[in-house]
Amino acid sequence: MTAAAHLTPILAQLGPEFFKERSDTGCVQENGAFCFSWAADNFDRYVTPTLEHVMLVVPSVVIGFAIAFGLALLSHRRRWLVPPITGATGVLYTVPSIAFFFLLLPITGRGTDTAIIALTAYTLQIIYRNIVAGLANVPPAARDSGRGMGMTDRQLLWRVELPLAVPEIIAGLRIATVSTVALATLAVFAGAGGLGDPIYADITFKTNVVIAGGLAVLLAIAFDGILIVTQRLLSPWRTVRPV
Amino acid sequence: MSPFVLASIFDSFSGAIDFIFHQREAATGGLQVGGLDQVWELTKEHLKLSGLALGAGLALALPVGLVLGHRGRGEGLAIAIGNAGRAIPELALIAFVVAYLGVGLLNATFALMVLAVPPILTNTFVAIRQVDRDAVEAARGMGMRESEVLLKVELPLGAPTIMTGVRTAAINVIATATIAPLVGVVTLGDFIINRNVYGDEGVLAGAICVALLVLIVELLLAGVQRLVTPRGLKLQRAAVPA
Repeated sequence: MTAAAHLTPILAQLGPEFFKERSDTGCVQENGAFCFSWAADNFDRYVTPTLEHVMLVVPSVVIGFAIAFGLALLSHRRRWLVPPITGATGVLYTVPSIAFFFLLLPITGRGTDTAIIALTAYTLQIIYRNIVAGLANVPPAARDSGRGMGMTDRQLLWRVELPLAVPEIIAGLRIATVSTVALATLAVFAGAGGLGDPIYADITFKTNVVIAGGLAVLLAIAFDGILIVTQRLLSPWRTVRPV
Repeated sequence: MSPFVLASIFDSFSGAIDFIFHQREAATGGLQVGGLDQVWELTKEHLKLSGLALGAGLALALPVGLVLGHRGRGEGLAIAIGNAGRAIPELALIAFVVAYLGVGLLNATFALMVLAVPPILTNTFVAIRQVDRDAVEAARGMGMRESEVLLKVELPLGAPTIMTGVRTAAINVIATATIAPLVGVVTLGDFIINRNVYGDEGVLAGAICVALLVLIVELLLAGVQRLVTPRGLKLQRAAVPA
């Protein structure tokens, strides 16, 4: 069940004993449903994995957004580019992250870079599709008004179309971010740490699984909340649900 | 990239391909591993587990989504489940099942079913809600019973969107079935997770097999989606310039 030591990051290498050593309460010995005193005593062990997790998610979504944004602008006035880009990002989206990690291994080696490349590739499709949909849903009347005011294509894009597309764009970012937080638990297999690290170190220790898994869910909720607030600030005139 | 790096990448991948086609002795000695026989064996196990989980997810989510969508009730719930589903950390879910329920095919199926339900439920609900209200009223006007309206009008017209949810669920289930060896079900992920047995080439071979499997299933389901899309909808879409 446990993989070779060199495959797993530091915490996982230390094994179950590392997790249980600091407590001799009966709860931990019996692997009780949730050991509150162990959790209180050992919470500090989860700080580094949580920070690592954030440092996997943030770069992945930011780079994914930059690439998807570029692709969306590229295909905005060249509609024929939309199907091939959707297809290509669709393949990247479909390839399971865990397989992606190991396909990249011979090329980029083990570690954070490999995990971020795979997670970035995963976000492209979601973000790209939402930017394209957002730009396509801009009311023709708004576009016409802009033109009537003498705007160039570029001014129209940055002052009319993109601001009106903000709710859809952020809806896409929310889906991409929340999914990436969840997927990043698998980054432990790429040797990139994160909250998957303590989970994988002892997947039978209930308290450990609940704390690490719970932190991953809380992280997803926190990022989602930040994006909701961002959207309200950027486009106070409209709210939209992620599709 | 220097030619040396390229050569080593090429070596890794050709070694992995060799692992898929030819048996060899395990890194731990003794056992014969790899080769088409074992790849096929694990692929079947992978598909069996994924199929069970997807089937269970469909059996649970489809009726609920259809009924909620038809009655127009529980929109908040249906959408919230879809959003919450995305936040489920795959590895934590698997570990949670191992820690609290234990290993085995049934528990693995349950874990993956949890991933299958949200996209199917949400897409089914949305699919039924977005069916043209005029078509529904026309069906009622023709004297159809509510169950007929749902099954003969709303279900076919919502089928493409429902299939989108099924595809999302299938991809997620097959991808996560890769770590099912942690729950004691020996899928293609065994090549990846037990590197000490299969070696580096086995790990890469496992990654290649999983990626191919998902892409093939995705293509098949895209074909199914096309098949279940009513001709009327296709004509309508063709008539309206995108």
